[in-house]
Amino acid sequence: MNWTLALPEIVLSCSGLFILLFGVLQKRSEPSFACTMLTLVAFLVTGILVVVAPDGAGYHGQFVNDGFSRFMKILSLGAAGLAAILSLDYNRQEKTARFEFPVLLLFSTLGTLVMASSANLMTLYVGLELQSLAIYILCAFARDELTSAEAGLKYFVLGSLASGLLLYGISLVYGFAGTMEYAGLRQVLTGGAPLAAGLVIGLVFVIVGLAFKLSMAPFHMWTPDVYQGSPTSVTAFLAGAPKAAAFALLLRVLAQPFGHLAGQWQLLIEIVAIATMFLGSLAAIGQRDIKRLMAYSSIGHMGYAAMGIASATDAGIRGTLVYLATYLIMNAGTFGCILAMRRRGRALTRIEDLAGLGRTDPTLAVLMAVFMFSMAGVPPLAGFFGKLMVFAAAVQAGLWVLAAVGVVTSVIGLFYYWRIVKVMFLDAPVAGAFDHRAPSLSFVSAVTGVATVLFLLVLGPVTGAAQAAAAALFG
Amino acid sequence: MILTQIAFYLFATVLVLSAAMVVSARNPVHAVLFLILGFFNAAGLFLIAGAEFLAMILVIVYVGAVAVLFLFVVMMLDVNFTQLREGVQRYAPVGAAIGVVLLAELVFTVARWQVVPHPAPIAAGNGLPPGITNTEALGRLIYTDYVFLFQACGLVLMVAMIGAIVLTLRERPSAKRQDVSKQHARMPADTMEMMSLSLGAGTTGNHALAAGRDGFLRPHDGYGAVADEGGPGVRAPEDHEADHHHGA
Repeated sequence: MNWTLALPEIVLSCSGLFILLFGVLQKRSEPSFACTMLTLVAFLVTGILVVVAPDGAGYHGQFVNDGFSRFMKILSLGAAGLAAILSLDYNRQEKTARFEFPVLLLFSTLGTLVMASSANLMTLYVGLELQSLAIYILCAFARDELTSAEAGLKYFVLGSLASGLLLYGISLVYGFAGTMEYAGLRQVLTGGAPLAAGLVIGLVFVIVGLAFKLSMAPFHMWTPDVYQGSPTSVTAFLAGAPKAAAFALLLRVLAQPFGHLAGQWQLLIEIVAIATMFLGSLAAIGQRDIKRLMAYSSIGHMGYAAMGIASATDAGIRGTLVYLATYLIMNAGTFGCILAMRRRGRALTRIEDLAGLGRTDPTLAVLMAVFMFSMAGVPPLAGFFGKLMVFAAAVQAGLWVLAAVGVVTSVIGLFYYWRIVKVMFLDAPVAGAFDHRAPSLSFVSAVTGVATVLFLLVLGPVTGAAQAAAAALFG
Repeated sequence: MILTQIAFYLFATVLVLSAAMVVSARNPVHAVLFLILGFFNAAGLFLIAGAEFLAMILVIVYVGAVAVLFLFVVMMLDVNFTQLREGVQRYAPVGAAIGVVLLAELVFTVARWQVVPHPAPIAAGNGLPPGITNTEALGRLIYTDYVFLFQACGLVLMVAMIGAIVLTLRERPSAKRQDVSKQHARMPADTMEMMSLSLGAGTTGNHALAAGRDGFLRPHDGYGAVADEGGPGVRAPEDHEADHHHGA
């Protein structure tokens, strides 16, 4: 057995245990900073190992390493690393800086890596559960705040329900196909035997379970409350790496074992994507809290990214991957700006608190505006290229309705993103300037801001990597 | 064969009777004890069916952990059971519906009704040599074939444990903790002080009385049991008694 295939995961889990031990034994009053730094180092080492890890399948058909898993793992690690940096100063200011925070963040990221490498429905479930369980805890991390505890509990109860649906679907698939390995499922489905109805029902349940984790339209109810209630440093993570990992699962499950059933799931994904895009753009209009707005915005983004899956082609999956990459960059940057919203030591989340930011803090206002325009898909910025690729894929696959809905909802989306820019630059300031920005927030916002503006320069390599990943998925 | 039959009917009868007693017993402690009896008989049924691993797990996990946990809950929480039982009439239809479903499943099983006439063969578990016990087969699957998932599940439990501690543990500044190295480093001279008392005087205002001839030893600190905050010397006399036990 070639156990070195999972070396990145093994190294990451061992370093997680080590950091936990280090935090427990540390006598200093604030071991959180040291633990976060160690976590970042662990992410970096794991990232290098991911890049050099050999291709192949192992562990009795439970684990696979290919171009696709590599791409998704790098995305997850990058997003998690940015979220860890964002949490540094915020947690200290909110007095929730305990060393368990980076440890849980690390284990959640480990779950996303396992998800990206799943070659078996059991691996899918265990990875998903590892990732979600750590996030449930993180959501309730500010345990003295009622909203945080509520967010954690709500996410936990609804997430358990979704896990139950997913498991039910997996059990149906196993019962009718006789195997949980992707390769075996593919064999059964291409064998020419008549398709059992139970198998399709199981597939639908699996998609529903994953759609819940992605907060896609009929299963999105938890998103705004959890985003708003959780500590903002957790929301920044929650909106990043886990979404990419859940997309990795959805892409792999639909493209590999159930690739031949595209006719069965294509319409379902299309309907879900349309509903998600409409909901994300329409419900965001009336929001007054920027974290709730970001929740609906992320719902909308999941809908656009799902367009690529719905087209069920190589180009569509490439579009989804590029879209996810740009989304993760913009997301980290936007949360860097949101975390910088503090007056007299208190964190603010209302949109009107941003009024007059263009005069009081032009740098932050310009950065925020860049992220907002990029999320709306304004041309030279990163968000535009992701949208362009998924729209093009949908049109090529003949899904005109889907593409039209995407364009319409993008225009609606532009309206509420523009509202934030208007509040920042055109409204008069209501209160004084924000507190001095913490260096970690400036760093993340600046790096992601530059990446968003100059994405055109790296578009080629990113698209190439996404193309290779998509090819590995179909190959 | 006849012996197996007798054993089956014995286990089955006791199981059904104790299950009935679980829901009808007035005393909740008796109900839990009947539950344990039921678990043991179910384990016996598994043994007859040749699933010895399941039987042992049932005894270890359910009797050893779950039932004892129930017992703790019943005894430690002030649950009003008569109030809980008031809803029986109301929920009876739901229970009856579940009973009907289970009965229907039983009928389908006996009648050999099949949803899928020819399901795909089960692929997992192949490659095991025939004739090994099911404990060995499960062991091979869990610890050899699925070792990756086994370890990942271990991490899931680890995260759950971290979560339980993170969300509930509160450092109380007044809590007294034992510091073993501090206890070992103490010398009698650090902890005892010779006091001289004049005849008939108490020990109040200790140091003012240091002029007498005869002395007695006065402990002036706990035996290494340190409070995180709050200075020494503010303890009640009975604390010393307790500290003696800690330090011994």
